[in-house]
Amino acid sequence: MPKVIYITHDGAEHVVDVPVGLSAMEGAVQNAIPGIDGDCGGAAACGTCHVFVDQAWIAKAGTPGSTIEKEMLELTDNVAPNSRLSCQIKLTAELDGLVLRMPLGQH
Amino acid sequence: MTPVFPDEEIARTIPLDEIDVSKPDLYVREAAHPYFARLRKEAPVHYCRESAYGPYWSITKFSDIVAIDTNHKVFSSDVSNGSFVLDDATLNPINGGISLPNFLGMDPPKHDAHRLAVSPIVATENLNRMEPLIRQRTQKVLDELPIGETFNWVDRVSIELTTMMLATLFDFPFEDRRKLTRWSDVVTASPGTGVIDTWEQREQELRECEAYFKDLYAQRARIAPTGDLVSMLAHSPVMQELGSEEFLGTIVLLIVGGNDTTRSSMSGSALANHLFPAEFAKVKANPALINSLVPEIVRWQTPIAHMRRTAIEDIEFQGKKIRKGDKVAMWYLSGNRDEDVIDRPHDFIADRPRARHHLSFGFGIHRCLGNRLAELQIRVLWEEALKRFSQVEVVGEMVRVPSNLIHGFIDIPVRLHR
Ligand code: HEM
Ligand code: FES
Repeated sequence: MPKVIYITHDGAEHVVDVPVGLSAMEGAVQNAIPGIDGDCGGAAACGTCHVFVDQAWIAKAGTPGSTIEKEMLELTDNVAPNSRLSCQIKLTAELDGLVLRMPLGQH
Repeated sequence: MTPVFPDEEIARTIPLDEIDVSKPDLYVREAAHPYFARLRKEAPVHYCRESAYGPYWSITKFSDIVAIDTNHKVFSSDVSNGSFVLDDATLNPINGGISLPNFLGMDPPKHDAHRLAVSPIVATENLNRMEPLIRQRTQKVLDELPIGETFNWVDRVSIELTTMMLATLFDFPFEDRRKLTRWSDVVTASPGTGVIDTWEQREQELRECEAYFKDLYAQRARIAPTGDLVSMLAHSPVMQELGSEEFLGTIVLLIVGGNDTTRSSMSGSALANHLFPAEFAKVKANPALINSLVPEIVRWQTPIAHMRRTAIEDIEFQGKKIRKGDKVAMWYLSGNRDEDVIDRPHDFIADRPRARHHLSFGFGIHRCLGNRLAELQIRVLWEEALKRFSQVEVVGEMVRVPSNLIHGFIDIPVRLHR
C-alpha cells in the first residue's frame, strides 16, 4: 500500500498506508487525520479537502485533473500553484511516499 | 424515534403528477417530508405541471442534487436566465418584485470576481479574530435568559445573536441593528404572508435599506479600508462597477445569507434539544462531540429548503428530458433525508459518523461562502448553552416561516431548565 505523509498546518506529521484506488482525501478521513474535511464525499464540489503538494511530488500529483477541480480551487482561500483537492488524487503505487500539507482552516 | 408528520396518508395516495412541494402551506405545517419521501422513491426527477411559480422540476435524491449543483454550465443560476429561487419575484422586477442581482445569481466569470471581493471577511484568520467577541456576546445573551419562565427562543436567542453578528460584519450602527433583521425578513417575503402587505411596501423598505447602506458606503469610501463588508465593497476594484441595483442586490444577499440561515439553525437546535435530549447529554459528557453536533444541527434543520437553477440547454437527466428554459428545484430538505445516503435521516444523532456530509450549504461554485462562520456561531452557542442549561423545553405551539425557501421559525416558546 502506498504511504502518504500528511502534514497539518501546525507541522504535525501523520503517516498512513492508503490502499491503491482510494483518494488522498479518503485516506485522511478514514484515518481521522485532522485538516481535511471532505464535506462533499469526493465530488470536487466543496473545496474542504484542499492540500498543498510537496515540491518533490509536483510532477506526479501536482496538476488539477478536471475543470471542476480548477474552478473550485479558484474560489478556495490561500490557493497556491501546488494546490490540489485531495479527493481528486487517486493513490497508485507510483505515489508511495507522497507528501501533502494542509492549509489553515480545515478541521 | 421517527416523528409523525401531517399528510402521511394524502402523500401516499395523491396521484404523483398532482404533487406540488412548493406550496408554502406545507412548510407552515412541516408537512412536506411525506411528499418528498414519495418522490424520492417513485419520481426522483419529478415534473410539476402547475404551481404558483409555473411548471418546475423537483430533484429530491442526495446524489442527483450534487450532480445538478455542480453542473453550472447547463443548470444556470444567472438572473438573466431566471433566478436561483423558485419564485422569480424574489429577485426580479416581475409581479411586483424589484431587481436584486447578486453573485449567487451569476454565472462565472463575474460570479467568481464578486465572490472573491468579499470572501476575506470569512477567512480563517478573521474568524479566529472574531471568536472571542462572538463568545462574549453569546455568554451575555444566555446569562440574561430567564430560567423556568416561557419566552420566544427565536427572538431572544437566534435573532439577537445573528443580528449582532451581521452588524459586526458590516460594522453597522449597533443600536440600529434590528433594521437588518427587518430587511432580512422583507427580502424573502411576499404580500399576504404576514411580513408585508403590498409589493409597494416591500420596495419602499428595500429602498430605505439601499439609502442607509449608500450612506455607510460613502463614509467608508472616504477612509482607509476597515475590514468590514461595506468597506470591502467600497475599496474593491471589481466592485466599483456595481450599479445601484447590484449594490442593493449584493447587500441583500449578505444580509439574508448571513442572517435567516444561521437564525434558523439556532432555532432548529432548540427544537432538536427538546426532542432529543439524550443526544445533547452525550455532548455534555464528551465535549469533543461538538464537532459532529454542529453539522448535525445544520443538516437536521436544513435552513434553505431549496435552490433553483434554470436549464440553458436541453439535457437528459436520469431518463427525463429537461428542456432549455425549464426551472429545476434542488430540494436540499429532501436530499438531507435521503435514506440511501443518510442513516435514520429523521433522527438527530449528535455523534453521527460523517456528519459533515450534508447538503445544507449546497455544493459547487455557489457553495455557501459563510459556512465556517455559521458553524462557529452555532458551536459557541452550544458550548455555552450546555454549560448553563440541562434542557430547553418547548412548551407551546411553534410558528414556522410560511416559505418554501427559508425553512425556519417565527416563534418557539421555550422554558429553560438548569
Ligand atoms: C447555517 C447557515 C447557512 C446556511 C444553511 C447557508 C446556506 C447557503 C446555501 C444553500 C447557499 C447556495 C448554495 C448553492 O447554490 O449551491 C449559500 C450561498 C451563500 N451563502 Fe450561505 N448559508 C448559511 C450561512 C451564511 C453566512 C453566515 C453567510 C455570510 C457571512 C453566508 C453567505 C453566503 C453567500 C455570500 C452565498 C453565495 C455564494 C456564491 O454564490 O458563490 N451564508 N448559503
Ligand atoms: S471532498 Fe469535496 S472537494 Fe474534495
